[in-house]
Amino acid sequence: MMEKGLVELHEALKEGKVTSEELVQESLKKSKEVQEKYNAFVTILEDAKAGEVTDDILSGIPYGIKDNYSTKGILSTGSSNTLKDYVPFFTATAISNLNAHGAIPVNKTVLDEFGMGGTGTTGHTGIVRNPWDKSRMCAGSSAGSACAVAAGVYPYATGSDTGDSIRKPAAYCGIVGYKPTYGMISRYGLFPFASSLDHCGVLTRSVEDASIVVDAMKGIDKNDMTSWDSHDMHLHDSLTKDVKGMKVCTIKEIADPSMYPHASKELKEHLENFHKTLEHFKELGVEVEEVSVDTTLLNAEPSVYVVISCAEATSNMSNLTGISFGPRAEADNYIDMMKKYRTEGFSPLIKRRFVIGSYVLQAENKERYFHNAQRVRRLLVNKWKELFKTYDAVVLPVGSGPAKKFDEDADMLDKNTAVLEEHLQIGNFGGFPSITIPDGFIDDLPVGINITGDCYQDIRVLNLAYALESTMPYKNQIAKEVH
Amino acid sequence: MEDYQVLIGLEMHCEISNTKTKVFSSAINGYSEEPNTHIAPLDMAFPGTLPVVNKEAIKLALKASMILHCEQPEYMYFERKNYYYPDLPKGYQITQETKPAPVGSYGYLDFDCKGKMTRVRINNIHLEEDAASSDHYPTFSTIDYNRAGVPLLELVTEPDLRSAEEAVAFLETMRSIYQYADISEADSRKGQIRCDVNVSIMDKDKDPSDPKNWGTKVEIKNVNSFGGVRDAINYEIERQIALKEEGKYEEMQQQTRRWDEDTFTTIYMRSKVDAIDYKYFVEPNIPKFKLSSTWLEEIRSSIPELAPERKEKYEKVYHLSEYDATILVKEKNVSDYYEKTIALGADPKGAANWITSVILGYLNKEEMDIKDLYLTPEMLFDLMNMVKEGKISSKQSKEVLNKVLELKKEPAVIVEELGMKQIGDDSLIRGIVVQLLDEHPDLIEDHRKGKNTFDFFVGQVMKATRGQANPSMTANIIREEMDKR
Repeated sequence: MMEKGLVELHEALKEGKVTSEELVQESLKKSKEVQEKYNAFVTILEDAKAGEVTDDILSGIPYGIKDNYSTKGILSTGSSNTLKDYVPFFTATAISNLNAHGAIPVNKTVLDEFGMGGTGTTGHTGIVRNPWDKSRMCAGSSAGSACAVAAGVYPYATGSDTGDSIRKPAAYCGIVGYKPTYGMISRYGLFPFASSLDHCGVLTRSVEDASIVVDAMKGIDKNDMTSWDSHDMHLHDSLTKDVKGMKVCTIKEIADPSMYPHASKELKEHLENFHKTLEHFKELGVEVEEVSVDTTLLNAEPSVYVVISCAEATSNMSNLTGISFGPRAEADNYIDMMKKYRTEGFSPLIKRRFVIGSYVLQAENKERYFHNAQRVRRLLVNKWKELFKTYDAVVLPVGSGPAKKFDEDADMLDKNTAVLEEHLQIGNFGGFPSITIPDGFIDDLPVGINITGDCYQDIRVLNLAYALESTMPYKNQIAKEVH
Repeated sequence: MEDYQVLIGLEMHCEISNTKTKVFSSAINGYSEEPNTHIAPLDMAFPGTLPVVNKEAIKLALKASMILHCEQPEYMYFERKNYYYPDLPKGYQITQETKPAPVGSYGYLDFDCKGKMTRVRINNIHLEEDAASSDHYPTFSTIDYNRAGVPLLELVTEPDLRSAEEAVAFLETMRSIYQYADISEADSRKGQIRCDVNVSIMDKDKDPSDPKNWGTKVEIKNVNSFGGVRDAINYEIERQIALKEEGKYEEMQQQTRRWDEDTFTTIYMRSKVDAIDYKYFVEPNIPKFKLSSTWLEEIRSSIPELAPERKEKYEKVYHLSEYDATILVKEKNVSDYYEKTIALGADPKGAANWITSVILGYLNKEEMDIKDLYLTPEMLFDLMNMVKEGKISSKQSKEVLNKVLELKKEPAVIVEELGMKQIGDDSLIRGIVVQLLDEHPDLIEDHRKGKNTFDFFVGQVMKATRGQANPSMTANIIREEMDKR
């Protein structure tokens, strides 16, 4: 049953064809299989109980929680040794909201340590494997969530997205990844990476399911000053495939094959597939145009992300000292205690980011790096805002092809495809609603397309995705191991 | 000393005690002897917690900004000041650097220093959160998070103060403002006030308004009482002059020192080159928000009468001496007590006498706040009325007061218990007087010759009645009976 969508599961529950208990048991059984094969979970909640089935679509249906959401009484590690035994005493608002709708959490999923990675290989419990090909990564940081949803453990799992941590793993795993407008879902209880870029969101196998889940997760929260009131916005009820007359654009400098004279076979196919997908939009009556954006501005984007995200991260994670929580280190004085805890607890990748973050904030560097990065962030956001005056969305390919092999280091930037790999981060710079859906296969491995719109235009973005999804056969697809 | 002038700037930290909750969390903002009882998850920086600004704290901070004639910002921002310390659980303090704009910039305050009005320029006043407090023992340290996140106002002056006396007078004025404006109890015994002091000296004949003439700035951190501020400044002035005289002043680097309360000296901490880089950046979890002009007006109109205005009223309307008025307004709680007593209908001068001569002495001796005094303004009013109506004598009233405080019983009950009824019975007093005059005809004769024997008779009547005879009635009867002879 777990390969089905939410509405179908809900109907089956209502009609008594299946019980919540059966769904929970099936999901737990699959969790163990997926754990065995792909290592997607930090914790499996063996004692998860069935829930009452109400008129709420989510009631009684299992789901997964990324392990950087604080869950009361349940181990919440952020996939880091620094919190390997941390059991919080409060639950993140987004999770409380889901649970209030009767949703049943069955596991906590692996991420790149505190969300600070794009490979799914840096969590303290080991690497997460791609369910389509075990020799490949899921991308990250929501690696475990993407893996489990693609493998059919449950219809959805929560994710978080600071650069592309929901939307890239979704593409690599052949599923849907949606992060709504900044502040639509409260971040209270989400372990922070870079607060001005962090978004909560969800990984599902259909646009409809994404709309149902975010309807339940969202809402203004007195504990998060950046959250806003969206009670008049009904994402699921507003879904329509009628997108005739809407306008989207793609960006030549990112998506046009002519920009990559030395493109690999994979990249060529990926971009061709992307342009083929744009034809589907045209068939739906959506106007598609190609625009040009200054490459100097675009090429600055990856560095801007590194500077801002590392700066905020180094500050956000200064609370991790091992003094009041986390495994306290033994040393002669508090400074050595903190040093030892942090040196032993964090992975090398994170430490590298802390060094960058501290460097760019130092008095003598702050203007040159941090403040300039903020300026370029604003320029990029303004450019996108300008596009949104004419277009309902910017549509771009996700990454430079299908999931990468573990021996390719995805966190090292290839100068030639850097912007193609990293452009989703602009959605975080502006807090824009952004969704990735699968749009084809290359060598039997899924690839994705991304649709990003203006702030508060989540319904438009979802409808474009919903309509486009209906023209392709990938809705509710489950990963089939091909290698 | 006569060859130099002194430049002093202050950084005064004062906790805002008059909000229900902390500045960014929902924990109680309150002083407690019991450690770690006023804590929310944010105060210990549990992962995923977020700051939520307390509007009341911003209001009180803006009020202080207005009283100090500062400019208020168009938008409110907060910033992170990043550093590691065990009493700073987040690893950063949420504060306001001077940029973009704190709650107040570029103001001034006129204050009275020994009768001379003096102006100090305020560079800025900003709102931030307090750190936890820690206690250090030989083999371990303890941390109390009750204080973590308590709203704190940091006020930074220009180096306009010229002596320890001026610095202390300024601080006392600020404490009075915080109390009168209902911003804070401003009680240094509760650790609510802490100061950093900047001291430098320069040649007497140079112009202090030109920063080029200034000497090398020495910052003294963590001075926790006004007495400490005075002593630290005086010590530092002498230390710097000694360096000058020895020709070593030019070698001295800009530095941070700390005040050591045990040795009454300042101790070197670090030089400017070792200054901590706090890596400030705008707090992303608190969106900047616009301060509406109507809200600002509302706050401005909520500023109550402050000490100088009350003092003027006491002198002009209640005709108190400047000395008494000054004493009464020094602590807001005392002034409030006085005003309450008057509002009940008590004679302003009489009430002032009671408070300044008797009650404050008692409070001083007991090291007690007037808020905690058993004798309420209502009781004081009753006591004053008993004297006025002749029920007890003024001498008796002092005894009653002492008993009220000692036994914690209302004045009427004490008077009853001590059998202290003033004797106002004409025939009883007249009987005693007639007998006295009969016994001392010689003294009546002396009186007629102009010698004062009148007081002797009054004294004898009082003695015979154990002080309970109504004094003015007694005097009248003696006069009448003498005239009859």
